[in-house]
Amino acid sequence: MNNNLLFDFTVDKAAKTVFITREFDAGLSLVWDAFTKADLLDQWVAPKPFISKTKFQDFKVGGRRFYAMVSPEGHERWAIQKYTAIHPKTNFKLFNVFSDKDENPELPGSDWDYTFNEQNGITKVNIIIYNESLARMEKMIEMGFTEGFKMSMVNLENLLASR
Amino acid sequence: METRRDVFQAIADPTRRAILVLLASQVMTPNAIAERFNTSRQAVSNHIKILTECKLVKQEQKGREIYYHINANKVKEIDKWIEQFRKILQTQFNQLDNVLLTLKKQKK
Repeated sequence: MNNNLLFDFTVDKAAKTVFITREFDAGLSLVWDAFTKADLLDQWVAPKPFISKTKFQDFKVGGRRFYAMVSPEGHERWAIQKYTAIHPKTNFKLFNVFSDKDENPELPGSDWDYTFNEQNGITKVNIIIYNESLARMEKMIEMGFTEGFKMSMVNLENLLASR
Repeated sequence: METRRDVFQAIADPTRRAILVLLASQVMTPNAIAERFNTSRQAVSNHIKILTECKLVKQEQKGREIYYHINANKVKEIDKWIEQFRKILQTQFNQLDNVLLTLKKQKK
């Protein structure tokens, strides 16, 4: 883990918007793939011990990714990502909404905007999340938040502290 | 869990956020709060009721007057929640760092 990589996180509660910037020690193509290809997304988007399971993905404007976060007990929390704009290796936008296992959306959802920039082998990703409601924002957190997850956070903090 | 959700419903409304901003700098009576808004006294009073119910605002009786003040501990809960979100992202991105590292090695 490279601790020199930038990680910026700000929340504008009034505007219900979250701004995230993170650098990755990899080239643009690789980072773009990691954010847009289901098999790679499934390897990192679920905070352990949760796992991410993509049922199908159609990465094109108007296409969707239908996926679940699966808890260690096997409980599935389904969500749909609908791609609303794609500019390869530069930017993509999606609308994210929770759903049941039959793809019936539970509105409201949130809009995600990803922008990618590479400089000297480091790729910077800017993410803007706009939520229709703050209650929705809270639900987004609850999805991955259990006692087990708190434990893994403690583990991570210990690991970071020991460096 | 119930209370925590209420906090977010409470701040999801612009008038209620404005009331919180007012109370952040001073203690106020219900009348003084209502005078700052163009909406009806009844509407403002309803907003204060919601803020009080989810404990973002506390009321205090002084003689014949009721005064409202902000409950700093409850407001902190919102910040704590945001911190949780930040940590989840951090975990995800650290996992992504490892995925990228593996991909780079495979390419070589």
